[in-house]
Amino acid sequence: MSHWIIDHLWLICAVPFAASLAILSLPNGRHKSAAALAIIGQIAALVMSFFAFLPTLQMQGLRAVQNFTWFTFGSYALRLGWLLDPLAAVMLIMITLVSLCIFVFSIGYMAEDRNFVRFFAYLSFFSGAMLGLVISNSLLLLFICWELVGLASYLLIGFWIDRPSAAAAAKKAFITTRIGDMGFFLGLLWLYSRSGTLLFYDGGNGCLESAGLALLGASATFIALLIFCGAVGKSGQFPLHVWLPDAMEGPTPVSALIHAATMVAAGVFLVARVYPIFSSGAINGVTSSLTVVVWIGVATALMAALIAIAQADIKRVLAYSTVSQLGLMMVSLGVGGVAAGMMHLLAHGFFKALLFLGAGSVIHGCHGEQDIRKMGGLRRLMPVTFSTYAIGTMALSGVPLFFSGGWTKEEVLHVTAHWPASRLPYYFLLAGVVLTALYMTRQVIYVFFGDRRAASQRAHESRRVMTMPLIVLASCAILFSVVLTPAWPWLHGYLTDEPARFEIVRLIQPSLFLSLILVGAGVALGIWLYRKAGVRDRQRPADIDPLEFAQPQLFRFLENKMWIDELYARTVIAFGWMSARLSDWMDRHLWDRLVRGFGRIGQLFGTFTASVDEHGINAGIDETTAGTRGLGRLVSAAHSGQIQTYLGVIAIGVLALLLFYAWLA
Amino acid sequence: MVGLISALILIPLIGAFALFSAPERNARPTALLFNALTALDAVVSWRHFNIEAAGLQLVERHAWIPAIGAEYLVGIDGLSLLLVLLTSLIIPFAFLAQKMDRGFYALMLIMQSALYGTFTAQNFVLWFLFYEMSLIPAFLLIKIWGTGNRDRAATKFFLYTFLGSVAMLLGFLAIYLATGSFDFATLAGLGKNGLLTGKVAWLSFAGIFLGLAVKVPLFPFHTWLPDAYESAPTSVSMVLTGVLSKMGVYGFVRLLLPLFPTEIRIVGPWLLALALCSIVFAPLAAWAQSDLKRMVAYLSVNHLGYCMLGLFAVAASSVGAAIDTQAALSGVFMQIFNHGITAAALFYLVGLLEQRRGLRGIHDFGGLMQRTPLLCGWMSVAMFSSLGLPGLNGFIGEFLIFKGSFAIAASFTAVAVIGLLVTAIVFVRAMQALFSGPLVEDCSGFADLLPRERITIIPVTLLMLAIGLAPQFMFNIFNATVVHMARLFG
Repeated sequence: MSHWIIDHLWLICAVPFAASLAILSLPNGRHKSAAALAIIGQIAALVMSFFAFLPTLQMQGLRAVQNFTWFTFGSYALRLGWLLDPLAAVMLIMITLVSLCIFVFSIGYMAEDRNFVRFFAYLSFFSGAMLGLVISNSLLLLFICWELVGLASYLLIGFWIDRPSAAAAAKKAFITTRIGDMGFFLGLLWLYSRSGTLLFYDGGNGCLESAGLALLGASATFIALLIFCGAVGKSGQFPLHVWLPDAMEGPTPVSALIHAATMVAAGVFLVARVYPIFSSGAINGVTSSLTVVVWIGVATALMAALIAIAQADIKRVLAYSTVSQLGLMMVSLGVGGVAAGMMHLLAHGFFKALLFLGAGSVIHGCHGEQDIRKMGGLRRLMPVTFSTYAIGTMALSGVPLFFSGGWTKEEVLHVTAHWPASRLPYYFLLAGVVLTALYMTRQVIYVFFGDRRAASQRAHESRRVMTMPLIVLASCAILFSVVLTPAWPWLHGYLTDEPARFEIVRLIQPSLFLSLILVGAGVALGIWLYRKAGVRDRQRPADIDPLEFAQPQLFRFLENKMWIDELYARTVIAFGWMSARLSDWMDRHLWDRLVRGFGRIGQLFGTFTASVDEHGINAGIDETTAGTRGLGRLVSAAHSGQIQTYLGVIAIGVLALLLFYAWLA
Repeated sequence: MVGLISALILIPLIGAFALFSAPERNARPTALLFNALTALDAVVSWRHFNIEAAGLQLVERHAWIPAIGAEYLVGIDGLSLLLVLLTSLIIPFAFLAQKMDRGFYALMLIMQSALYGTFTAQNFVLWFLFYEMSLIPAFLLIKIWGTGNRDRAATKFFLYTFLGSVAMLLGFLAIYLATGSFDFATLAGLGKNGLLTGKVAWLSFAGIFLGLAVKVPLFPFHTWLPDAYESAPTSVSMVLTGVLSKMGVYGFVRLLLPLFPTEIRIVGPWLLALALCSIVFAPLAAWAQSDLKRMVAYLSVNHLGYCMLGLFAVAASSVGAAIDTQAALSGVFMQIFNHGITAAALFYLVGLLEQRRGLRGIHDFGGLMQRTPLLCGWMSVAMFSSLGLPGLNGFIGEFLIFKGSFAIAASFTAVAVIGLLVTAIVFVRAMQALFSGPLVEDCSGFADLLPRERITIIPVTLLMLAIGLAPQFMFNIFNATVVHMARLFG
């Protein structure tokens, strides 16, 4: 089975695609068949992913490649390929597992929707594109799947298409990510022209193998940075992060899918996949391109964590936490910790899907309300949602020992601390840890503790079909740590191709205490600030955020997302629209006027020749004719028809002739 | 099989005459019948075409006016075959789009004959005859059946392109006087070493360039296009953008590039700059349009700009590696076909919206997805194809053009990427305005795709998908020609 899968790796992404097509052809009312097809497709992909995972366990550093010719242009073949290595295999497992949970959850969440069938078609398509992306052995194939992921997210974010805000968010996501994609596309072209192939691995001739990398030379830095533009767009890094929070306009399962398993993971995965290009020519593990990655990551992580503190929408808080966590992963990749970054990505996939689905359950229970300030006291009403959400929160905040997120964050901090270029990113990330704990504590207090407010009066726990995925994901968020701990760093060894040994003594490390202190500080700060959130406290009215009361200007700045959207609207977007108007104006009033001017010149020339004709040539001719006519009139006057006149003239003539001859003689 | 090509040219002409003896209500079926015959002829030609061979095939040669070196010489290579197939596809597609009267179909058939002639003639005099022959029906079709400011648009279109043709004719006369030949193959052979010298060469180059640049059209000679496409009836817009615009591109490949290699190399950067202007300014202008037809028209300028980018990159450089030259040429050929079907489909779909609403401003619609999901779905596919989404046909051509051009003219190609971005903005904006939001009152009575509309648009869209996923069957048509031409230009 496993060997068969390695030879038919493409089936893993083809099955969800096929399911998607089949669902699209269903009539609109067939909810059950649609959900069944999508879930069967996903289970099939999960099973195949599992069988693909097995051989990577048996053979250390397995790299199975299946290349094929897509088409031949002129006399050259364009080759694509599929690739199975540990990086792809773990991504396959994570994506299929998380997607499956989200699919099941969606059955409950979307039950009332008129376009239920279409929703599942898009979901399957999304998952198929993402699976194709991780098993691509060609930057071109990866780019193709990458764009299809973009298409799927566009369709899903704008799923509630009658809402103008959803359509605007979808447009924003598509265009913002496409800005990054254009950089990616140029990087791809540059790489292709330098190395002559886009295959990653091709028996020594691939662009990621030493011979191919040697061909890049100094351009490797630029190629890496251009490719990184794509990752910045898809993974919501500063300055292209603006689409990600707006993507919350889609149904909550979509947010979960975008923020956990697919889409945003794609950018981090891309950097990890083409890492050899980033690290090519590295001195002491540092290259200019990787340094850019680190600082972009640091800026994103801190900025997003700060903004998250002041958001009122339950999903937006999570959205900014995703942006922040992705920044963290980028830092990890940039400082050389590819395995640490990928581990955090995987762990994040589970707990962020959990948190989003938990948020979906809360929203569902509160009848569509998303404002955390209107909730409160839900821990009694929604016990399953609360406990699983608490697990997700602790994993995200990085509470040490029991939660996967804690261990992977530990790894990231560890590699960042040892970055030879600078210690600053490490300190910034430590600040990020405190902020993360703070905003998650705030959110949990607002939603689950305190008194019931407007939206949570008639709240109810969600159906089994929705809580089951929460429980599964919560278990994953905890159990996943088994393979992450320093005592048995199996996943790290698996990804880096080093066998992991089991040593229980390494479980407790001094850095754990630092993390404990920092997370504790964040939680304590959160509890201290928000213990009376939602109730009147001294002069503060109940509906004002305590932080807003203390620091209104700072809060306003963060609440408005640092006014980055407004800045873009006034600069980039305004500039684009102005150029559009200008081009249109130039067309009408410059180029077309020139053409019309030439036409006018032609017309003037025509008028001129006409007048020359009229007054010059024609006048001359007229004069001649007039002369002729005058002569004619004269002559015709002579033709009077009177015989005596004629005879008289003849007589005079004869007399004249006679005189003439006489004179001659 | 001798006579296949002549039959291609003759069948539509016979059809045009036959239409006048057919009753008015049978006009469309009769016209479609003749289309079926030409399509059959085209497919048979394809079957008899040897894809391994590079030279002309199915050649027919007869003496015509020996005194001036004019021959009746028709034949096809990969590029000609591609365009013949495209013509055979787009014309019936356009016929299915609109029900018109006899005279309309007759003129369209005459135009079809002229198109086949243009794409298969291998002697300048014959070629020019067909080239001009296509212009008159197009002019009349816009002038008689057009909408809005049709007289003005038709006159502008006619005079502008005709002036270009005159310039081209003069350019060619200079060549004839120098070489004594009108034969494309002979001239291409001589072109390598320079046909003409000095001022005459430049004047002749400028004349032919002008004629073709207006025809394509290349920035800044494009201003007739939005007016003409906007005023023409839907089916004429489809043919104008789908096939007629390819006559210019074809002319560049067949005439200008082989005949003036040295001249193009000297002015290469300027030509690339013009192509770049087409690529960047046209979609920006499209962004500012509110008339859907004008918007699609401007995007056509952008898409043809990619063709020009690829061609000029190949011709402007003498250092291009074979793989890059072949990539760019293959990309241009793919783009010719892809733009043909995609732009025609877009005009068709805009026409459907116009039929239902009576208007075609972007803000006259809204929330259509709720009312006409099928129409919106298939229209989205055509739009995504046009913006170059991988998995659909547009991407294949654009990727190869960019691949080839980037290796040869990196900085120009890097700027050209802006065109890809702005095209996406234009389409996503249009989709938002048309499909999403609350359903507009005036659109609430719309019918979704009718069965006859479905059988028209779905096959074309599926073809886009087929080319996007497995394009080998398209490349087979012109691979040998690409290799041959790359050697000629490279």
